[in-house]
Amino acid sequence: MLGYLTGFDNDVFDEFDLMRRQMDRMFGDWSGPAGIRSLAAGSFPAVNVGASEEQVDIYVFAAGMNPKTLNISLQQNLLTIEGERNIEAPEKAQYYRQERFSGGFRRVLTLPEDVDPDKVKASYHDGVLQITVQRRESVRPRQIEVK
Amino acid sequence: MSENKEMKTREGGEMQSRSEQDVFLRPAVDIFEDGHGITVKADLPGVSRDRLDVQVDGNNLAIEGRAAIDMPEGMESLHADVRTTRFRRSFTLSNELDAGNISAEMKDGVLTLRLPKRAELKPRKIEVSVG
Repeated sequence: MLGYLTGFDNDVFDEFDLMRRQMDRMFGDWSGPAGIRSLAAGSFPAVNVGASEEQVDIYVFAAGMNPKTLNISLQQNLLTIEGERNIEAPEKAQYYRQERFSGGFRRVLTLPEDVDPDKVKASYHDGVLQITVQRRESVRPRQIEVK
Repeated sequence: MSENKEMKTREGGEMQSRSEQDVFLRPAVDIFEDGHGITVKADLPGVSRDRLDVQVDGNNLAIEGRAAIDMPEGMESLHADVRTTRFRRSFTLSNELDAGNISAEMKDGVLTLRLPKRAELKPRKIEVSVG
């Protein structure tokens, strides 16, 4: 049932994963048109974006990065994340699997239009890059008191 | 920052209906072998040391982890490549590996497992005597 570390790939979870990917390809994970700058599913690094009334948070799942190689820029509401993860293969080692991404990447995300490019924070922790962008106050819903 | 919360994934404002219990992320791994043993490196972004579980049961090696992400209250998902916080992957070990001496290291979301070969099974060069 399980994959041998040094043998063939017949992991039962692989089978499920393969099936899921095939289904996704055939029927699509239809959630409307894809962003013009979006990348194919499974591209490195995976990104989640969440928004609250005050801020927009971007989570970049990029383990094993040197944060100094990360380049983040925000032009109006267009966020660009560039980075490089170079995995050096040890000498005299025989590889069985080499699935981890190695090289440069670039992801461009369109954030809501009311983000403030002057109020951005970024931190890297446990392999996740978190970018927080504040939204402009003027567009936040305001409670209007009836006198 | 407030305490870590489980990352919530929402679709259309509702929590994903599929139970989190049976959905796992399959971490990408590199596996290579040298004279000393086999090294497994796995990408587990968001998993800290205390949320990682590496188990050897007989000759089954299981890697499990839970990602924890700081997330403010009332957050709606705009885009989600990652829809679960649980990672899992398992392998079957072979007998020449010394399962009792596996070492694990976690750094920046990358797990490095070293599986040494049993001392008596490390490759030996066999001299061919010329007679």
